[in-house]
Amino acid sequence: MKADPAGVLTGVHFLDGDHACCEGALAAGARFAAGYPITPSTEVVERFAARVPKVGGTFIQMEDELASSIAIQGAVWGGAKAFTVTSGPGFSLMMEHIGYAAMTETPCVFVDVQRGGPSTGLPTLPAQSDMMQARWGSHGDYEIIALCPNSPQECFALTITAFNLSEKYRVPVMFMMDECVGHMTEKVIIPPADQIEIEPRRKTQKKPDNYKPYAFNGDGSLVPEIAHAGEGYKFHITGLTHDERGYPAMTVSAQQKLVGRLRDKIRKAAEDLVLVEQANTEDADVVVVSYGITSRVAQRAVDEARAKGLKVGKLRLKIVWPFPDQLIKKLAQRAKAFVVPELNLGQMAREVERAAGGVKTVCVPHAGGGVHQPEDILKAIQEAMR
Amino acid sequence: MSEVDFECAEPVNPVEPFLRSDRMPHIWCPGCGIGTTVNCFTRALIDSKADLEKLVVVSGIGCTGRVAGYVKLDSFHTTHGRAIPFATGLKLANPNLTVVVYAGDGDLSAIGGNHLIHAARRNIDLKVICVNNLIYGMTGGQTAPTTPEHATTSTNPYGTFEPGFNLPHLVDAAGAVYVARWTAFHVRQVARSMQEAFKKKGFSFIEIISPCPTLYQRRNKMGDGLDAMKYYKQASKVKNGAPTGEVGLTKTGEIAVGKFVDRDRPDYRELMVHQFHESLGAEYVETGECACS
Amino acid sequence: MAKGTVKIVVERCKACGFCVEFCPTKVLALSPAFNSKGYHPPHMVNPEKCSGCDLCGMYCPDFAIFGYKMGEKSESKEAAHES
Repeated sequence: MKADPAGVLTGVHFLDGDHACCEGALAAGARFAAGYPITPSTEVVERFAARVPKVGGTFIQMEDELASSIAIQGAVWGGAKAFTVTSGPGFSLMMEHIGYAAMTETPCVFVDVQRGGPSTGLPTLPAQSDMMQARWGSHGDYEIIALCPNSPQECFALTITAFNLSEKYRVPVMFMMDECVGHMTEKVIIPPADQIEIEPRRKTQKKPDNYKPYAFNGDGSLVPEIAHAGEGYKFHITGLTHDERGYPAMTVSAQQKLVGRLRDKIRKAAEDLVLVEQANTEDADVVVVSYGITSRVAQRAVDEARAKGLKVGKLRLKIVWPFPDQLIKKLAQRAKAFVVPELNLGQMAREVERAAGGVKTVCVPHAGGGVHQPEDILKAIQEAMR
Repeated sequence: MSEVDFECAEPVNPVEPFLRSDRMPHIWCPGCGIGTTVNCFTRALIDSKADLEKLVVVSGIGCTGRVAGYVKLDSFHTTHGRAIPFATGLKLANPNLTVVVYAGDGDLSAIGGNHLIHAARRNIDLKVICVNNLIYGMTGGQTAPTTPEHATTSTNPYGTFEPGFNLPHLVDAAGAVYVARWTAFHVRQVARSMQEAFKKKGFSFIEIISPCPTLYQRRNKMGDGLDAMKYYKQASKVKNGAPTGEVGLTKTGEIAVGKFVDRDRPDYRELMVHQFHESLGAEYVETGECACS
Repeated sequence: MAKGTVKIVVERCKACGFCVEFCPTKVLALSPAFNSKGYHPPHMVNPEKCSGCDLCGMYCPDFAIFGYKMGEKSESKEAAHES
């Protein structure tokens, strides 16, 4: 379906990533947000607070991130598309409720504008060190989808993708920005509403008598159909391991069935969930894998390397989780090495190394607080060539 | 047994249509008062002619938290301490819902304390039913913020030495518009208070002192659930309108019960809508629901 | 002639004693019988005194007993206004 024009600020704008993300959420149909102030993310909800009373919807600043991360889920079950926004310390506080969203299959978006960590760290400076946390931060076995924009334009467009994926798979989606992209101001083109594709909520058409909140659909899809509170379905939702009726079912077989389906729901769709930007990877000796702000620095290094005649390919991840194992495996058949620069001490590099199956992976770490120097990445490329 | 039924209709327990009968029997212990409060809840729903399609129950974690799973209504068993913020999002997204929060004392006042305070302050239109068994039951009898001084618990094996929370005082001070306390003995009054709360606009809080026979009663050598109920009957004094600062509980002393607070002030949504009309005038897009298509 | 009577779901009872204690006219007592869980469910020992007030039903934490007035259509049927 097409976007609701009420939320689409069509036009050519000059926005920073935080502001563009807010516009993306509105364009995607988000009409509820709850948040707590935390640098460098606060502008996203500040803008939403200013915009949404004129669009139609609600923003509430909750008393903490624990409340924000669950208030949005209440809003989802009340019928809204909803999101929250935070940075490192708040992201940590939200982990229990990310798990709750995964377990109850509540579609919602968590925006993390990453900053230096751990702990209070560097509130106003960039990092990319929450990437593993985005995947594994909550307890138990669960799946999430995570996206990584590298420009304000992508903060707009990929936020829409994030909402669409959360509805399609009924899964919480992590939108992993960083302080640099969040606070950088660039041209953002917002198209007319009828050019924006929106994934509708998967409402059930079944009558209350034969509706089960977590039934396998029978259309091959592992994603159950949803009903909202107040529609007469009288359903029960719990974070306890549950059966198709939504009732607690705390047995080995119920656990296997449920957690297995939650895993398969995303893993079996892994091929559909590859979203990357590639250049010159077909004949590359070295492939530089990057995401977010680092990809823009890496681009400079890649260009310089190619100018020197080196066969360097570039792979930029837009969907970071699920990690594109098969793509890396395929590239590993030809490439001699992967170079992974990131604003952390080696997080996605581990995933590349794992998927590369023995092909050399050169990590270019950075503790955060700034971005790489292109020459550091170039040096790593040259070293990888040897 | 005399069961002569003059009418052709088979009599049905008033609570039965509200139960997920396929999930009976429930997990609560013999002599636990939670089931008693569910009867009161049912009675209040019937007498208030509540629209059951719009009545939603949100619970926390713990023995009382299991209520959500047993009532045949849209119900959400959320995370520990966070029923209130979940309910806040739910109510704001669809103001047509009547949202009841059903949770225990530990869930609401310990881990959930911050949310309790702010929801009361904001006067979010929620009906909070706090079943207070003075302990953490589900996890095996640990000290709760409401456990009276000198009680024995598993984490205070030599007796507690902290004063217990006076919950009516806390929520009154935070801004709740309806505050009542009863015990599981006061079944009719509990049902009536619940009915009043359903009609009330704003943050309502009903505390129901209830027996935990297996842990609180047993560890404190206070008998079983029935002994607790007899104690409630004997020790309760109805003090409607009492200053909430004076209704604290002790281990064996008087239990002040009654409707302590019943006042009117605009609820969160009313305040929000008013503010936007004032500031934005014609630009304000007031929506009933935030529903996505 | 009793004004009311009770219906007991024997298998749900956990013999907590609330109904016995709080019946205003002392109609009930725990019976010597057992249910399959080993509990003694209540039975009417003074059935003629039952008014059908359903206080027993309101107290019962296990939804195992309720009272109703005889000679009238059960209130509960009208109250069960759900599909």
